[in-house]
Amino acid sequence: MTEVLPRVQTSSLTAIYGKVAAVKSVTLEFAANQVHALIGPSGCGKSTFLRTINRMHEMSVGGWVTGKVLLDGADVYGPDVSVIQLRRRVGMVFQKPTPFPTKSIYGNVAAGLVIEGGRSRAELDRIVERSLQRAALWDEVKDRLKTSAMALSGGQQQRLCLARTIAPEPEVILLDEPTASLDPQGTQRIEELMFELKRDFTIIIVTHNMQQAARVSDTTTFFYLGSMIEHGATRQMFTTPANEQTEAYITGRFG
Amino acid sequence: MNRRTVRRVKSNVMVGIMMAAVIVAVLPLLFILASLLLRGASSLSLAFFTHLPAPAGESGGGVLHAIVGTLIIVGMASLAGIPIGAGAGVYCAEYPGSRLSLVTRFVSDVMNGTPSIVVGVFAWTIIVAPQHHYSALAGSAALAILMIPMVMRTTEELLKLVPNSLREAALALGYARWRTTLSVMLRTALPGIVTGTLLAIARIAGETAPLLFTALGNQYLSFRPNAPMAALPLVVFTYSIGPYEEWHRFAWAAALVLILVVLVLSIAARFATRQRFGATRD
Repeated sequence: MTEVLPRVQTSSLTAIYGKVAAVKSVTLEFAANQVHALIGPSGCGKSTFLRTINRMHEMSVGGWVTGKVLLDGADVYGPDVSVIQLRRRVGMVFQKPTPFPTKSIYGNVAAGLVIEGGRSRAELDRIVERSLQRAALWDEVKDRLKTSAMALSGGQQQRLCLARTIAPEPEVILLDEPTASLDPQGTQRIEELMFELKRDFTIIIVTHNMQQAARVSDTTTFFYLGSMIEHGATRQMFTTPANEQTEAYITGRFG
Repeated sequence: MNRRTVRRVKSNVMVGIMMAAVIVAVLPLLFILASLLLRGASSLSLAFFTHLPAPAGESGGGVLHAIVGTLIIVGMASLAGIPIGAGAGVYCAEYPGSRLSLVTRFVSDVMNGTPSIVVGVFAWTIIVAPQHHYSALAGSAALAILMIPMVMRTTEELLKLVPNSLREAALALGYARWRTTLSVMLRTALPGIVTGTLLAIARIAGETAPLLFTALGNQYLSFRPNAPMAALPLVVFTYSIGPYEEWHRFAWAAALVLILVVLVLSIAARFATRQRFGATRD
């Protein structure tokens, strides 16, 4: 047996806005089919780090990157990589729900599939239904698939965005504080979903909520001032952190 | 007086001032509409829409030539002005920091403030004078020049109102940049852009000065773009300064028709861009 490659790997990854390095030389590995939490105080670079993985960081003004991000061993910043293809393999859900206001519920879930083309109506129907089921939204919307996605509640909209992200079957799902704008109930639904979804996907989640990180993740990484301070199994990080700063942060003494 | 009463009085005074401002703002509009209806409606008949003007001195006749002329001139102006204006607006919204878009924005703001008669003289200089004849096409060109900055700024402003998070969501889903712009950003801003464009069309439909130098006017029904053509504002202008009482009534009626044309356009566009979904929940 050959050694199992980590799904996502970074090596000496530095992400820059103009002249400011938001992420400083981070080397990390994320195993497949696990939930990986990124924690740290605001402005510590965890979101920027997340956005380098699907190359969204370079969309920001003055955003550029040095070092490597490997997806299944291949550099996503390589010269032959199509950003569009990459983003179909690495999906992303944002802090605020972002359903397309001009599309129906069905149209939102199908949005990532339609642009690829080549699928029959029946096939689309099947994938939309399955994606909504996996996002635990199907029962709530199955009777109004053709109505506006904007009529859904915030929590439902966020699950819709999750369904839209998993419909094209990405390998990795990036979650950028996905529950920050949700009420406790909506938050709980999303957290429960992560246990289900990690069977099929590798999930990397940025969160401000330490309890959330402790509840949902298999590994946790602590960022501070753009540097990766500590990375390890979540249980270990939260019980016996190796680093003083990590301990101070997770016990609430700063940040 | 206790403080509560003072506050309530102050509040009522301020609301009163604002209401007065609203009334002053709306009154002229109501007055214009009322006088148009009073003086113009009596001259309106089916013949007014389907006939050409009667010879001077005779009564009756209509402004079919001017209605057709306005539709053709404004139509050609829109055909040129909307794509150019919208295209420039999309560029300025997509590349807001580029030097070209800074210059474009500045120029279009200046053009928005340029008197329309100046644009008319300009069109006369570069189209009518070299050709040695007036033409509808020259009129359309002048109107298009007036229209482009309006459409451009509307498109840009409304695109900027679409939250950037939608753009990111589309890109993160594997949308190409062009597809994100077209099917997410423009699509979301479309109802507002259409409304703004209609306002621009309505405004140029009423322009008179640029047409005096370009389309000139015509007593007969003409479909030839490269020849003088009648237009409703020109009819209003010509007939209102004419010597006959009959002509004055004609001018009032033509002005009413001009307003009706604009109204029909607006209503049609509202229907065309009606939101597919209700805004309410469930």
